[in-house]
Amino acid sequence: MDYLKKYPKLFQWLFLLVVFFALCFAIDVPETYKFIRGQAEFVKDPNQSVYFFLGKEVRYYAFDVFWRLPPLLGWLPIWINDSLFFLMNEWMPMEFWNEDTQEFKTRPLLLEISRNLTSFMTFLIELIREILLGGLETIVAFTSWDFIDAYPWLELPGLPWTIVAAGAAILSYKLSGKGLALFAGLTMIYISIFGQWKPSMQTLSFILVAAPLSFIFGLGLGIAAYKSKRVEKALYPILLVMQTMPQYAVLVPALVLFGVGDHAAVIITMVVAVPPMILLTILGLRAIPPEVIEAGRMSGCTNWQLMFKVLIPTARRDILIGVNQVIMVCFSMAVISAFIGAKGLGFNLLLALNQLNIGLALEAGLCISLIAILLDKMSLAWANKQTDYFGNLTFFQRNKNVIFFAASFVIGIILAYVGTFIFKGSFNYLFEIPHNKGISTADFWNKGVDWIFDTFFVYIKAFNTWLIQDVLQPMRALYLRMPAVATLVLAVGAGYLIGGVRSALVVAALTLFIALSPWWDRALVTLYMATFGVVISCLIGFTVGTLCFQNKKSAAFMLGVCDIFQTFPSFVYLIPVMMLFGITDTSVLIAVIVYATIPATRYTIEGLRSVPIGLHEAATMSGVNKFQRLTKIEFPLAFPHMMLGLNQTIVFALFMVIIGAFIGTEDLGQYILKALSDKNGAGIGLTLGICVAFIGLIFDNLIRTWVGKRKKHLGID
Amino acid sequence: MSETVIKCESVYKIFGQNAKKMLEESKGNVDAKTFQERGCIVGVNNASFEVAKGEMLVVMGLSGSGKSTLLRCISRLTDATGGKIFIEGQDLLELNNKELIELRRNKMGMVFQSFALLPHKTVVENIAFPLQIKGTNTEESISRAMEMVKLVGLDGRENYFPRELSGGQQQRVGIARSLAVEPDIWFLDEPFSALDPLIRKEMQDEFLRLQEKLQKTIMFITHDFDEALKLADRIAIMKDGIIEQLDTPANIVLNPATEYVRKFTEEVPREKVLIIEDVMDASSKDNLGDLKVSKDEIIENVAEKILTQEKLVGVVDSNNNIVGSIKPSKIIDTVFGGRKNGS
Repeated sequence: MDYLKKYPKLFQWLFLLVVFFALCFAIDVPETYKFIRGQAEFVKDPNQSVYFFLGKEVRYYAFDVFWRLPPLLGWLPIWINDSLFFLMNEWMPMEFWNEDTQEFKTRPLLLEISRNLTSFMTFLIELIREILLGGLETIVAFTSWDFIDAYPWLELPGLPWTIVAAGAAILSYKLSGKGLALFAGLTMIYISIFGQWKPSMQTLSFILVAAPLSFIFGLGLGIAAYKSKRVEKALYPILLVMQTMPQYAVLVPALVLFGVGDHAAVIITMVVAVPPMILLTILGLRAIPPEVIEAGRMSGCTNWQLMFKVLIPTARRDILIGVNQVIMVCFSMAVISAFIGAKGLGFNLLLALNQLNIGLALEAGLCISLIAILLDKMSLAWANKQTDYFGNLTFFQRNKNVIFFAASFVIGIILAYVGTFIFKGSFNYLFEIPHNKGISTADFWNKGVDWIFDTFFVYIKAFNTWLIQDVLQPMRALYLRMPAVATLVLAVGAGYLIGGVRSALVVAALTLFIALSPWWDRALVTLYMATFGVVISCLIGFTVGTLCFQNKKSAAFMLGVCDIFQTFPSFVYLIPVMMLFGITDTSVLIAVIVYATIPATRYTIEGLRSVPIGLHEAATMSGVNKFQRLTKIEFPLAFPHMMLGLNQTIVFALFMVIIGAFIGTEDLGQYILKALSDKNGAGIGLTLGICVAFIGLIFDNLIRTWVGKRKKHLGID
Repeated sequence: MSETVIKCESVYKIFGQNAKKMLEESKGNVDAKTFQERGCIVGVNNASFEVAKGEMLVVMGLSGSGKSTLLRCISRLTDATGGKIFIEGQDLLELNNKELIELRRNKMGMVFQSFALLPHKTVVENIAFPLQIKGTNTEESISRAMEMVKLVGLDGRENYFPRELSGGQQQRVGIARSLAVEPDIWFLDEPFSALDPLIRKEMQDEFLRLQEKLQKTIMFITHDFDEALKLADRIAIMKDGIIEQLDTPANIVLNPATEYVRKFTEEVPREKVLIIEDVMDASSKDNLGDLKVSKDEIIENVAEKILTQEKLVGVVDSNNNIVGSIKPSKIIDTVFGGRKNGS
């Protein structure tokens, strides 16, 4: 009893758990309850209950309220659908001039905006794509098809791959130096030789439109939010939800608004990539010392100069992290948006995965990862670049990069021209190495996979069966066994204990939204998979992080590894696991674990690193050994930061669980995937996405509140 | 001491939501306590003074005394809540944004306690920054910046980044930057406070050397009384937003206006601060001995000579005209007397 008096919090937590379990045992599973049949499937079934809301019929399986809440929010997806439809097709009809028919036409405003936006995006993408690959869309955009018919020779020829490779290398050299130039050159040559040129350039053209646009919009909105409290307040909730919203979920409404294709993919990528950019811009600008701003003002800066010559360069470290995030998201979306018809490596990757051609998937995945790393490094180098005013350079020295590029341009064209004679009748390998004509290692990998399967099949299978039967299934059953009311009590109680009434209310609202949606069961399955992944990831991440921290070099090395892994598009993680475990939950979970271990490791190292050196010395002088120092000094102080890592781990895990739906899981992600091919999917997809986002936000709120309190308590910030 | 460059007329700076209204209600009689009870904090309370061309006014006060706020009002980094500020006869608070920027670009330079250098620019780029903001072309601004680099003795380090420099060197860059546009008015906000004592002394000497050469109109903020005495033509001592006393270093040491000021002066070695003129007797010029001393000598330097005399010592100005006399015992009075009781 004394013990409990000493630690009142412990007592409160114990009490909460007792209540939770008492509720779990007190509420029986209804006999009619079956998991696989969701509660609201919109099928006519005599056992279903019906209610009407705003004239909409919502059907569901009624259970005891203690067991599962009725899906009172079941109307939401339908309502979203109807609203979208109304906005696109009926709202604000206006007269618009039609170029082709030379007359005014009545069209809804939003539809017209969407059409103009998409045609603008298409133009941008086509422009870059045709510079790289050739084509005539761009010229058509300025003239007309008739014009092209009249002058059939008018066509952008496209650059030979040699020129693009040389250009990438020279640009890298200018930005950073020999190392990056070598990497850029080799990457391009690899892509070309392995016959991935065309899809790679398609993806690249997509990224080269999406990333800069996201950067500009993110920066602009970030600045607006920094300048005006009102803008920030308006943006904040959207940013919060978008942070934990799975990328899949945004695809579906985009389909409705912008249709299918690269342009829709660009717009949707911006929707996903802009929020982190905004957040980091605000963060960076806020952290600028006030004296620097004053120094700028006293130098006589106008507001414009102050922002672009003083504030943004000073905040560039955070803005850079934003750029890095933008690039990451863009590549990740480059794959995912293949679902809505974006061309390029992502499409090939999905196709290969669908056909279970691991070798092909691996090649596409490798290409996309290489380009991602290259662009990431180039953007970093660009932001860190310094201009040099000194040394009286000659004309050649000053313009050597341009001269080299011009030279390689000419050489490339000559080579391509020579190529037409060498490869008469077949493909001109010096111009472009077509798909399927390059070297392919797909067979090798496929054979390797087969070999692994043949050799280790027994062990893999045994492991798989054990994991699924003895660990995953019982765990899932336990999660599903939780009555809704008990879960609510647990969540709200935890919120109250950690953050008081405010937190309790926030958590209650978020949980209620999910509980009242038609997908509570699916949410529980999502949660179970995420929990499993998070627990293992944290175990691995915290251990690896702690071990690596013992040595400066290994810590730096590990952070570098984390950087590179983070640059991989999330879909790429599915390839190796499918190679080993086929289409099972195990595959998804292992992908989740690998992906989510990155933030766990990174934050552990960073947290341990941030322990002040003075404390180390004080500890050493008090005669602690290494282990004592770790447990008594470093862990307690690094723990808040490690908890932020846990927060990120949860978000990463949720993302991967949702993406795992591609392999075939039974969680929310599966429904999002289904919604993609559903005519009325937009509302469902969006609502599901919000559900996932809210799961993330519940933990986000709890962890952040706790960390904030703990940091205050420890006096660190 | 000719024309007035900076002129403040009962300047107030009050932070808080209803500051302006409350100031009007109080009719210039601001009491910090009642304001605080109503959620306002008084930064500067009824500051009036003038700074003449080429003069160095040092504003001294402890942290929270409002000295930095006062400086920011005069540079208009914050807007004063009440009162009038004139820069060369121009009403500062009436300027629109464009005129203000023009004024800062051509007339003002400022040095900051934390240096406030731009981390992404090299030394020479930092110094050239105000020029480039003004629209000077790259070549000219860089060559001008190089002159400034030489002036503050950083030759050879012009392509370093701020993070690669020591604190003292960084502040030299800060000083060079503030001087790059050749401003008439120079604001320094605790420029040497973040430096270690030895470097600080070195920088103060350097600063005096610069000022001798440049003859700027200066407002210098410090919390270090010794620094104020060493540098100032006149010192303003601030407490809780109020200027307690504004006078020459000698007068402050000799006649502290308030108890608060007296506390600062107690520990000051007078012989190092005062010059002969401050303590001489201008009325008696007769019965002088053989020794003559210049009126501008610091007492410390001539004390030994004077103390060996028995007769009155004559005081002369730069043209060797006798302007007064000094009794040897006066030196002893000045150095030892009046420490505890005032003089």
